Formats: sequence, C-alpha cells, structure tokens
Amino acid sequence: MKAISLLRTPAVRDSLGIGFAVGIAGLAFGTAAVAAGLSPAQAVFTSVFMFTGASQFALVGVVSGGGSLVAGVLGALLLGARNTLYGLRLADLLGWRGARRALAAHGVIDETAAVALAQPDRESARLAFGTTYLVLGGFWWLTTLVGALATEQISDISAFGLDAVGPAIFLGLLWPRLREGGPRTWLIAGLGAGLALAATPLLPSGVPVLLAASAALIALFGPEASGGAPAESETEEVRS
Amino acid sequence: MTLWIALAATAAGCYLLKYAGLAAPRRLLDNPWLRRFATAVPLALLAALIAVEALRGEGGQALAWDTARMGGLGAAVAALVLRAPFLVVIVTAAAVTAGLRALGL
Repeated sequence: MKAISLLRTPAVRDSLGIGFAVGIAGLAFGTAAVAAGLSPAQAVFTSVFMFTGASQFALVGVVSGGGSLVAGVLGALLLGARNTLYGLRLADLLGWRGARRALAAHGVIDETAAVALAQPDRESARLAFGTTYLVLGGFWWLTTLVGALATEQISDISAFGLDAVGPAIFLGLLWPRLREGGPRTWLIAGLGAGLALAATPLLPSGVPVLLAASAALIALFGPEASGGAPAESETEEVRS
Repeated sequence: MTLWIALAATAAGCYLLKYAGLAAPRRLLDNPWLRRFATAVPLALLAALIAVEALRGEGGQALAWDTARMGGLGAAVAALVLRAPFLVVIVTAAAVTAGLRALGL
C-alpha cells in the first residue's frame, strides 16, 4: 500500500510525467547518433555514461559533419557545464554525501534539477530527484537503443528527412529559453549563430560552434537578465 | 577507436562537471559573473548548432541551402509555437523534410 500512496504524492507524479515524456526523446538521439556514423553500442554508451542530452547531440553533430573530434568534445563539455550550476543549487537541498552524492551526480541534468528544485522540502526533493532520474534515465537508454537499431536498417538517411532531426532537436532545446528571455537572449542567440556561420568556411568543422560561445560574453554587460536561467516553474519544458 | 576515446573522455568530463557542482562550496553560486556567463553559454551554442546544421553542405566546411530541410525546420518552428511536445516537433521536421524531398524539392 505504501507504493500506491507514494505514487499519489505530487513529487512522484510530476517526476513520472517528465521522466516518460523526456525519456522517449532518446529515440531521436539513437537516430541522430547512427545517422552520424556511431554504432548502436556507441550510441547506448553515450546515453548511459554521458547522460546529458544537449552535449550528446552536440558531439554527434560534429561527428556527422566530419569535424574535429577535439572541438566536438570541447563543445559538449561547454554545454555540460550548466549541470555544474544545477549541482551547486541542488547540493544543499539534497544533502547527500559520499557514495550517494557520487551516484546522484550522474543524474544531475536539466529535468532532474527542475523537478527537485520545485519541491518544498528535502524529503520530497530527494524523492522527486530519484524518481525522475530512474524513469527518465531508464527510458532514455532504452529508446536510444531502439532508435539506433531502427536507423541502422535505413540506407538512405536523407529520404527520411533525418538530416533535419539534428537542427530540430536544438531548436526544441533552445525554444523555451528564447520564449522566456528578453531581447538580450535573442541577441546572444543571434550573434552565436552568426559567428558560427561566418567562421564555418574558414575553420575546421566543430570549431565555429566553440567560437560562438564567446557571444555569451554579452551577458556580462548591463542589468541581469532572467533569460536561460533554470526556472523552477517550467518543469514541463524539455531542456536536456 | 578514436571515436570511442572521444565518447569516453566526454562522458568522464560531463560527469566531473556534474559532480563538481554537488561537491563545490556553495558561495561559487553567489558569483553573479559566473552565473550569468554560464546561463548564457547554452544559448549561444544551441543557436550556433542550429545554424551550422541547418545550412550544412557537402563536406565539413561548405554551407548550402536545402529547401526541403529548411521547410522541415520551418514546420518545427510552427510546432514549437503551437507548444507541441518535443518528440512531435522532431517527427514533424523529419516528416516535412521527407515529404518535400519526395515532391522533388
């Protein structure tokens, strides 16, 4: 009976919803990874161990463009650096130490942070974090495998429009930030895109995207903007 | 093999970045410059990735306009404006691109 009453708590309910919804998106990653030339084993390895969507897609994008792997790795790490900020905010709330903290660290991503930070106390925050991590993680790994194996059967990637999957994923990740952000959010995004495009004919693939990170320096000037901040209220958004 | 090394290195780095946040002294979060820059970086990177992948041509360094792909991405924007779920947005982009290509665009 304890399990049923647990299912009714808001912390678990929210976590299950987000875990299922976002976990399914592993299909898109499995597809993009194999289309880029990764083996299904490499795709699943990435989902299990890297386990942070935007970085995974970024690295795979550079691989598919035949770009420099070093630039791809650096770009993925830059994107992964926002998880450090989530960790800073979660540390006091979750209050785990030692082995539990080492395990929990693997689960620090956009969605687990958003759900946990929305909880009123430590107990429900731990419950929400753990549930989202398990459900989302399990689905993400499983759907990555399914997407990868299915894509392996397809010989002509472009006939299925799979070359549009990569940019569409990044659009989906960027959109919630643009919608909430002010003019400066759009300026940073626009400048980032412009820098990358201008540099593409001149620099090895993958490097222009790294260069675009310098557009974020604009955020240091003027009054503080809220755009792109991990807001607790938007737990329904996909921002892995 | 090189790809495996790159994947493993990125996985290790991403884990360390996550762990650093949970284990670091909390006052780092109070540094407004660090916070501002770190929240803005994903904006610039994601926009750059969209632009470069949308306009990718043959070979790594060429840019090219592909009407079918751009049509698919336009449909993805429409789906996002209508607040469609993430996976619906992705499927829409691929389906519209495939459809336009089948029509000969």
